[in-house]
Amino acid sequence: MSGYRQGDSGLILNEPLLWEKGKKGRCGFSLPECDVDEVAFDAEFAGDGPNFPDLSEVEVVRHYTRLSTWNFGVDTGMYPLGSCTMKYNPKVNERQASLPGFSDVHPLLPEVRNQGALKLMFDLEHFLKELTGMDAVTLQPAAGAHGELAGILMINAYHKKRGEIRTKILVPDTAHGTNPASGALCGYMPVAVPVNEDGIMRVEDVRALMDEETAGIMVTNPNTLGLFEKNIREICEVVHGKGGLVYGDGANLNAIMGYVKMADIGVDVMHFNLHKTFATPHGGGGPGSGPVAVTRTLTPFLPVPRVEKLKDHYHLVTDYPDSIGRMMTFYGHFGIMVRAYSYILSMGGEGLKEASAHAVLNANYIKERLKETFHLAYDHTCMHECVFSDAKQEPYGVSTLDMAKRLIDYGFHPPTIYFPLVVPGALMIEPTETETKEDIDNFIDTLKAIAVEAKESPELLKNAPTRSKVRRLDETSAARKPCLSG
Amino acid sequence: MKEISQLVLPEDVKYATDHEWARLDGEEVVIGLADYAQDQLGDIVFVELPAIGDHFDKGDEFGTVESVKAVSELYLPMGGEVVAVNDALEEAPDLVNTDPYDKGWLIRIKPTDLSELGEMLDKSSYLESLDG
Amino acid sequence: MRYLPHTPEDIKEMLEVIGVKTVDALFEAIPESCRSKEPLNLPRAMSEWDLNAHMDALAATMAPSSEYRVFIGAGSYNHYIPSSVPYLLSRSEFSTAYTPYQPEISQGTLQGIYEFQTMVTRLLGMDVATASHYDGATALSEALLMAVRKTKKKRVAVSSLCHPFHREVIRTYLGPAGIEVVEVPYGEDGRTDLAAVGAMDDVAAVAVQSPNFFGVVEDLASFAQVIHAKKGLMIASFTESIAWGLVKNPGSQGVDIVAGDGQSLGIPKAFGGPGLGLLASSKALMRQLPGRLVGTTTDLDGKRGFVLTLAAREQHIRREKATSNICSNNGLCALNAAMYMASLGGTGFKRLAQINHNKAEYLKRKLMDAGVKITFASATFNEFVVKFPEGFEKTYDRLLSRMIVAGLPLGRFYPELAGHYLLCVTETLSKIDMDQLVKEVTA
Repeated sequence: MSGYRQGDSGLILNEPLLWEKGKKGRCGFSLPECDVDEVAFDAEFAGDGPNFPDLSEVEVVRHYTRLSTWNFGVDTGMYPLGSCTMKYNPKVNERQASLPGFSDVHPLLPEVRNQGALKLMFDLEHFLKELTGMDAVTLQPAAGAHGELAGILMINAYHKKRGEIRTKILVPDTAHGTNPASGALCGYMPVAVPVNEDGIMRVEDVRALMDEETAGIMVTNPNTLGLFEKNIREICEVVHGKGGLVYGDGANLNAIMGYVKMADIGVDVMHFNLHKTFATPHGGGGPGSGPVAVTRTLTPFLPVPRVEKLKDHYHLVTDYPDSIGRMMTFYGHFGIMVRAYSYILSMGGEGLKEASAHAVLNANYIKERLKETFHLAYDHTCMHECVFSDAKQEPYGVSTLDMAKRLIDYGFHPPTIYFPLVVPGALMIEPTETETKEDIDNFIDTLKAIAVEAKESPELLKNAPTRSKVRRLDETSAARKPCLSG
Repeated sequence: MKEISQLVLPEDVKYATDHEWARLDGEEVVIGLADYAQDQLGDIVFVELPAIGDHFDKGDEFGTVESVKAVSELYLPMGGEVVAVNDALEEAPDLVNTDPYDKGWLIRIKPTDLSELGEMLDKSSYLESLDG
Repeated sequence: MRYLPHTPEDIKEMLEVIGVKTVDALFEAIPESCRSKEPLNLPRAMSEWDLNAHMDALAATMAPSSEYRVFIGAGSYNHYIPSSVPYLLSRSEFSTAYTPYQPEISQGTLQGIYEFQTMVTRLLGMDVATASHYDGATALSEALLMAVRKTKKKRVAVSSLCHPFHREVIRTYLGPAGIEVVEVPYGEDGRTDLAAVGAMDDVAAVAVQSPNFFGVVEDLASFAQVIHAKKGLMIASFTESIAWGLVKNPGSQGVDIVAGDGQSLGIPKAFGGPGLGLLASSKALMRQLPGRLVGTTTDLDGKRGFVLTLAAREQHIRREKATSNICSNNGLCALNAAMYMASLGGTGFKRLAQINHNKAEYLKRKLMDAGVKITFASATFNEFVVKFPEGFEKTYDRLLSRMIVAGLPLGRFYPELAGHYLLCVTETLSKIDMDQLVKEVTA
């Protein structure tokens, strides 16, 4: 099996845009008969209706079926996109989410008719608490960045409640762009914390930057270099010592389930990405789900409504005067919560720990086997991902982008590239726990073969990909003369 | 990307360490982006400029330039009131890449204090700052 | 565990390559003081079959619209969804992909979103639409933040007939940034008070929902005129997308930004989420838009293709200066909506809106005939407010036990409307259902 090329050129079907097909008068929808009288709409406000193409059902079905074949998903093949945790999305979770009792229910029915959904939410909150040692959880945020916003809003409300005005927030060099952007929504100026020669933060640097005008620090641990922030406890003490709070970005939680509890290391508030760690499908750009867990200090500030249990009944409670308020219209991405809940029950506590163990094993295996071929930014035992760069290939005029595009021809989704920013030309590989050893070996052998090509025939990389629906696209002209609708 | 020796650096403009240039034209000053900066940014896709009549102090941010993968703030090397902006950049932002000192100019200002122009770098000091 | 493929031999071979004895040894990279001592206190793994039974039991306690007659909308609407839509949406090439960072192998998602953006601009009469937001409330909050950035004014006006939960989310988003939110009262016609907006100074924007929370269609053009004279932006919001099949679109009424819920476009109610936030604007505001945008371009061979574009607005490039912190949005829900809109077509969309209107008007008339007071006389779409007789709570509970949910009590949101209910009718309710409601209510 090893070294075989998964990518090949087959029959790629063309498909026009929706409005380049169809014919007026067709309909792909079974319009119900109208059993009451026609009533004209008030002429003052009546419009013409949208100018959509009219298509038959089969035209719609072929259209989207063909489009789908131009896409690459986890079900297509290995998707080692660093910091995105593209693990297998179990199908049984889709079954649960599509049960009419979950998918076909209105959010505003009387509570007595919602007990199953509320119990599920209550129990999922409990599972997330147990995984992290935190005291309370809100499931409301719609995605990781939305969870960050909720967390920062709570930190802001906490300081305000104590009569303090803080204007800055510490964000390490390695952070996701969402961290400074979330801070900015509360008016916090991000202050960069550098990483040391080992790729992690130093306590002294944090001590030098942390003051009483700083609201706290946003830490991703393990960080985006795949390294555990070993000084985290001391860093948290320094931040707490100045009255600040510690935000934990849970994007990389898949590395440490069952091994580390965030509350134990000093984190006050953190978010989860259910679409990463808990195997819900990412949908080509969401919907995600970004629950937030807090310690007792921040519990009063959690968004409302909160799910509570009184005797045997579950309730949605809004009566929290210090709450930051509502983050979404309703209760969050319930459909995603159902999948994550189902995943956790499929895995059990031991299974989750084993998932983290295998995720870390796979990343270290890749790191060891590729570190002679590619420049390894920081050579330490990594957690769930490892970061290489194109330093060894640069002399041949080959960049990270070229290698990533060549991987496509071989049938792999490329890793995350050019992130984290602290590693120029970064290639960030996160295999996850669900890949077989054969696929991982094939991936490694492919990357080695690409490194040979880089040296011997770099034009193969420069021209890649050639086996996809389209070749490299002109992003410059797309941005210069934006055409965003047809 | 260009080597420093390949950079085009006219003698008739003054430079800022943030890589803007300024050229005296009568009583007004024309401001643009130096070759080094356009080269570092790569293909420029959008330039955001202020409105005519806006007033800025020396060092104020007066706009941004965007390439596909980066965005950079523009800082005014000397204070003044905006009297003209280069409208051609709306349709053709690439002029900043292809002709940074002429057709790719950014704004024209009526300076508050012309002596601030004298404080800017000449070609040789600017080159030194690039080497450093 | 069926999702973890390693055999003991696999693990042994891999550990040998790494040069450690056990997997746990890899976790020695974590300081001892940070590691958990206790095993996780979580349930044991369930078999697929036990899990299914457990989930079935939870779901069975709920009140799905397939079994209940639910006369509630208020931001979540029950519409028929063609079988072809969830079927197509479950193609895992769509559902198991990440954000389309590698456009060469994401053309399915990218073309699908481009088509979605196009249909949204056509639905709303706007120039540009984003690739999606979380829901109507967050899209509306972002729209207000756009207006604040654009006008550099720190006050916004929001109609008191915007969805109450939308207004709560707006306060969460805007309050900490020091932006003042002023609520615009409503009049006896169930419409936002135009004169009140006329009397406001120094506002970045006014947000008016239409059809509003009471189902009443607002005169957006008049609001646009008033706010533009004050150099502010006109924002329209909505929760029921189907309305645009009959009601004249916001773009034709001088609106600058439109934010709304797209859940009606074939997305299951799912106890409130995931839904879909729609955000569209005029071309002048394109670069202020938060969130992803897909545009056309060509590949090396000159072939048409699609890419994420104008990324310099976004957090991964502009970080703290980005137009928003949004990253993952609701892409699959956008695709879901596109499939639904394509299935209906322009002709079908209009007809469906008309059927919805016919039914809502039927119930309105029947209730009036039976002596129930319709609170506002203005034109409505799908939803309207009624005043039920004193002591209706008991009837409400009796109906609930007969699997009929007789509207949403409004007292909680508008104390002056205690005893009033917001009713909603869509194509999914039949004449028989409505006749039964009228009979029970007036019994």
